[in-house]
Amino acid sequence: MNASTTKETAIKTGFLVVALASIVILAMIVVFLFREGLPIFRKVSVRDFLLGRYWYPTADPPDFGIFPLIVGSVVVTLLSCVIAVPLGVLSAVYVSEIAGSRMKEILKPAIELLASLPSVVIGFFGMVVVAPTLQEWFDIPTGLNVLNASIMLALMAIPTISSISEDALHGVRRELREASLALGATRWETISRVMIPAALSGLSTAVILGMSRAIGETMVVLMVAGGAAAIPESIFDACRPMPASIAAEMAEAPFRGDHYHALFATGVVLFMMTLAFNLVADMIAAKYKQVGTATL
Amino acid sequence: MERRKKRKLIEAGAFLIVRSAALVIVLSLAVVVGFILFHGASAVNWTFLTQPPREAMTAGGIFPAILGTLYLTAGAILVAFPAGVASAVYLSEYAREGRLVRIVRLAINNLAGVPSVVFGLFGLALFVVFFKFGSSILSGSLTLGLLILPVIIGASEEALKAVPRTYREASLALGATRWQMIHRVVLPAAFPGILTATILGIGRAAGETAPIMFTAAAFYTARLPTSIFDEVMALPYHIYVLATAGTHIEQTRPLQYATALVLIALVLAVNLVAILLRARMRRRRMS
Amino acid sequence: MSTSAKMETRNMSFYYGESKALENISIAFQACRVTSLIGPSGCGKSTFLRTLNRMNDIIAGTRVEGEVLLDGRSIYDADVDVVDIRRRVGMVFQKPNPFPKTIFNDVAYGLRIRGLRNRTELYDRVEASLKAAAIWDEVKDRLNESALGLSGGQQQRVCIARALAVEPEVLLMDEPASALDPIATQKIEELIRALRDRYTIIIVTHNMQQAARISDETAFLYMGKLVEVGKTDMIFTKPSCRRTEDYITGRFG
Repeated sequence: MNASTTKETAIKTGFLVVALASIVILAMIVVFLFREGLPIFRKVSVRDFLLGRYWYPTADPPDFGIFPLIVGSVVVTLLSCVIAVPLGVLSAVYVSEIAGSRMKEILKPAIELLASLPSVVIGFFGMVVVAPTLQEWFDIPTGLNVLNASIMLALMAIPTISSISEDALHGVRRELREASLALGATRWETISRVMIPAALSGLSTAVILGMSRAIGETMVVLMVAGGAAAIPESIFDACRPMPASIAAEMAEAPFRGDHYHALFATGVVLFMMTLAFNLVADMIAAKYKQVGTATL
Repeated sequence: MERRKKRKLIEAGAFLIVRSAALVIVLSLAVVVGFILFHGASAVNWTFLTQPPREAMTAGGIFPAILGTLYLTAGAILVAFPAGVASAVYLSEYAREGRLVRIVRLAINNLAGVPSVVFGLFGLALFVVFFKFGSSILSGSLTLGLLILPVIIGASEEALKAVPRTYREASLALGATRWQMIHRVVLPAAFPGILTATILGIGRAAGETAPIMFTAAAFYTARLPTSIFDEVMALPYHIYVLATAGTHIEQTRPLQYATALVLIALVLAVNLVAILLRARMRRRRMS
Repeated sequence: MSTSAKMETRNMSFYYGESKALENISIAFQACRVTSLIGPSGCGKSTFLRTLNRMNDIIAGTRVEGEVLLDGRSIYDADVDVVDIRRRVGMVFQKPNPFPKTIFNDVAYGLRIRGLRNRTELYDRVEASLKAAAIWDEVKDRLNESALGLSGGQQQRVCIARALAVEPEVLLMDEPASALDPIATQKIEELIRALRDRYTIIIVTHNMQQAARISDETAFLYMGKLVEVGKTDMIFTKPSCRRTEDYITGRFG
């Protein structure tokens, strides 16, 4: 009896240890990013690093100002959301509230497959198809720019936004829909005035996680954003979001040189931004869940 | 009467917009896949799949890249599958909701949100530099493994949660210990779901580029890897290299399309299997 | 008799896919009367109720045969607007289902979607509805709070107020008190009796004492068929069918 209890406890502890690995890994990511990133601040102040307008890491003397990279990331992320949020949320509305079961069976896998397309393939598509098209339509010197990157990022963020939004809508109690219809509301009135407001916190989580996905996406911005480390002035300007800079330059940066540390520090900034997004999304979700059970 | 007509009209208009949004998404998928299929299909043949690149990667095949991707993906699963399933078992079968579990979940969610390039940096700092594994299959597999860990935990936990509570109760009522219940009843019942989780993880790992750029992927290697400490070529990185870094970018377009086609065929096939598997499970559960 | 009925079904059958849930039901509901539908669970009471405001339309694969008439006109005709039918035939659900809105906005919902914008008029109508639902005194000082903070019985009366606000002619109630405690149930019952003067009320209940207390007519359904319908005191004292008697006296169900 006692032996079997000991065994059970041992097994349980074993599983616990593995489950704790996620915390350990996250902590180690922080530790190692900082370990390799912090040394740059011996050469340049935090303020100059974050707000410096010039990123010339290989010039002599080098400039390590990532402000243009941050702006690049923010701009492509926001613009991609302008495209992805309506498409993502509306497609979720379609799947959850309007589509017949056959349409659902086509659409849901399609959204999942879109999510599974490797980012390098989306980036490649942006390079060889979207870029020349934009160039022709708008008569601009290059199609590798903010607009192109935003469209491609939107493609990557849409499935995230769509599937989480669908969950949110699906989680709204069915009785609310019936109550609204029974009062003589049309289906659209029911969707827009009852379902969407009731799912709002879930929908905002979806949008935030979509943004988080877009800001951290690497291959797309590396391949189609154009690469110029300057603050873009129009959507047809090239830019160099943080992930693109890291991915493009790490291979050439001398090991544990200033450039190498600066790229890790850029990684820290990127990591902090996505961490913030995820924590906010988590807070919204947790608050929403609490209200849900408290009112049952 | 007027008012009612107006409401109907608004509804029709709104539904049209909503439908178009869904249509745009399906079309985007079709266009991306269709385009690559259309341009790549003619260059994919047996030689392409089984030969190494030749003449500075302007001719020949992609066999080393296919092999490299298989090695890296297999390695990633080897890392993430046991850890992921075990974490899911803890969360679903042992944990009581409390502060610790809340923190674990928070960590998993945040891990899932870490950008892939940051995983690349982490892999570089930890595996390549700190553990001195160098740029190798080992470093790349470990990095990819950590990346897909949250995917596997999430989907496995869902599979475990879907096992009816009556199974558990029946098992415990027969005098089984918790562990006997888990490994004889719960895990077998959740197996198809866990398999789906693994397949999704494979699909994700096979397609990632940024995490392996600094940890495993070689621009070009003539020889095939002989140990886990060798660098390898990989399909996603190969596409990137051909499309951006070569000196013959235009000339090698067909090879780029063909490589992209092989990669998406691999990834889509893997995901399609997962989707079908899940649909079958759902149907069986319903009947 | 049937010509003066407010609502009526004629040889109505209902299908979920292939399986027949209701068979050949003909029943007339007189204006300003309360009719109870009783029967063992699974007999089709709720399904029947939901055919009267076409609520089953939202379930895929369902089908109605025969006729359902409101003021002598079929509500399933192709040119009939389902949205209008549902305004005229209101419904109160088994579990209170207030929207996650303020009490005021909840009750005003049905008026707003019909284009009523005038604030004073909205307020008057909401007040009147809440008074009619006998909940006004309890919520008049908290109209801008969520209805989710109320007790179950209060929530249900807000839901009734919401249904009354759009001025339905018929009110369908699907076991409106089954999720409530006895005191809240009593209040709902009082309310139903008070509403009888103005509305045609059709109520599904599994509680026979409740049916006896509140209804003028009672219909007994069994396995998708209408077994018997008549004056409530007749049904409860001298049922003409053996099955009805068995059910009422608690021999089955």
